[in-house]
Amino acid sequence: MIYLTLFITFFQIGLFGFGGGYGMLSLIQREVVIHHHWMSSAEFTNIVAVSQMTPGPIGINSATYCGYTAAHNAGLGDAMAVLGSVVATFALVLPSFVLMILISRMFMKYKDSITIQYVFMGLRPAVVGLLAAATLMLLSADNFSTPDNPWYFYVSIAIFIASFIGTFWVKVNPIKMMLMAAFAGLLLLW
Amino acid sequence: MAEGYNHKEDGSSPHRLFKIFFRIGLFTFGGGYTMIPVIEKYVVDRNRWIDREEFLDLIALAQSCPGVFAINISTFIGYKLHKTNGALYAALGAALPSFLIILAIAAYFHQFRNVEWVAACFNGIRPAVVALIAAPTFSLAKSAGLTLANCWIPAASALLIWLLGVNPVYIIIAAGVGGYVYGMLSEDDNGYQDGK
Repeated sequence: MIYLTLFITFFQIGLFGFGGGYGMLSLIQREVVIHHHWMSSAEFTNIVAVSQMTPGPIGINSATYCGYTAAHNAGLGDAMAVLGSVVATFALVLPSFVLMILISRMFMKYKDSITIQYVFMGLRPAVVGLLAAATLMLLSADNFSTPDNPWYFYVSIAIFIASFIGTFWVKVNPIKMMLMAAFAGLLLLW
Repeated sequence: MAEGYNHKEDGSSPHRLFKIFFRIGLFTFGGGYTMIPVIEKYVVDRNRWIDREEFLDLIALAQSCPGVFAINISTFIGYKLHKTNGALYAALGAALPSFLIILAIAAYFHQFRNVEWVAACFNGIRPAVVALIAAPTFSLAKSAGLTLANCWIPAASALLIWLLGVNPVYIIIAAGVGGYVYGMLSEDDNGYQDGK
């Protein structure tokens, strides 16, 4: 049963996930954290962090991790949890795979089609909104603590601002950025 | 359709595609887009399986399709060289390293998660991750060609998802259909197409 849910969930994410890994985040987060409660928002953010620091696309990484965790949290054994990650990853990849082969067969027709251009006129700005929603949903007490815990809260905000400046203007490599944030956490929050 | 490549003589085979994409998947950090120059090196420069112009077309197409970019581009290239078999090997090669690494982490991470210093590191990392996601929102806004006329679309989408919990899938469908209808209507206005 959990496998069917995992399959449907990640198939849907694979089919509607426009705009690359980050664009997919709000879809994944909504399903995994808010809809199915497979993990907390903090756990989800940890996965995004781990996905950034390990090789490979965020979509695959989070599908694999979520499939494992969901089956594991449902009380299934280790082997069954591995099956969960297989199902989730396979379901995520399947729509891309089939769609790409179909498009390959009519490559030129698709590329210049005026219909597709119109559709993207609406899609492109919406994907910006999806990304903004992913950010807004992650601005949570799970990730930043609350003013009740002022030291942790203000350190989090300082790390957020520093990282934003670092990635957006200074163009620091994201992995370096996260290693520095980890060091700051170690130093200030331990 | 110019298929100017003899699949047997250019040295490509599904098996080699698997090996190359496995290597790319294993050594590329930071998600799909950082893979582009590496794929280009193997597929265009080193082996000349696909010429550069066509490669750029494939990238643009893979980016505009739904799904995981790395899978899209590896499927495209695999299919181009060896049809479905090639697509299967290339996509499997691109997905497998992430899958295996994350599986190992998923199986062991929960044992470390509660170690205090590890938890402290992740408490520091989480706000940084949020910033890493916030930053491309702004750069994407620039490249998506937002204007005063259409900036309500991202604002409305974000608020619907964030505040009202609307499923992003509906937003995507509505935006696609909306763009299509809008395009068709403005075409009619211009008398550009008198089909319907």
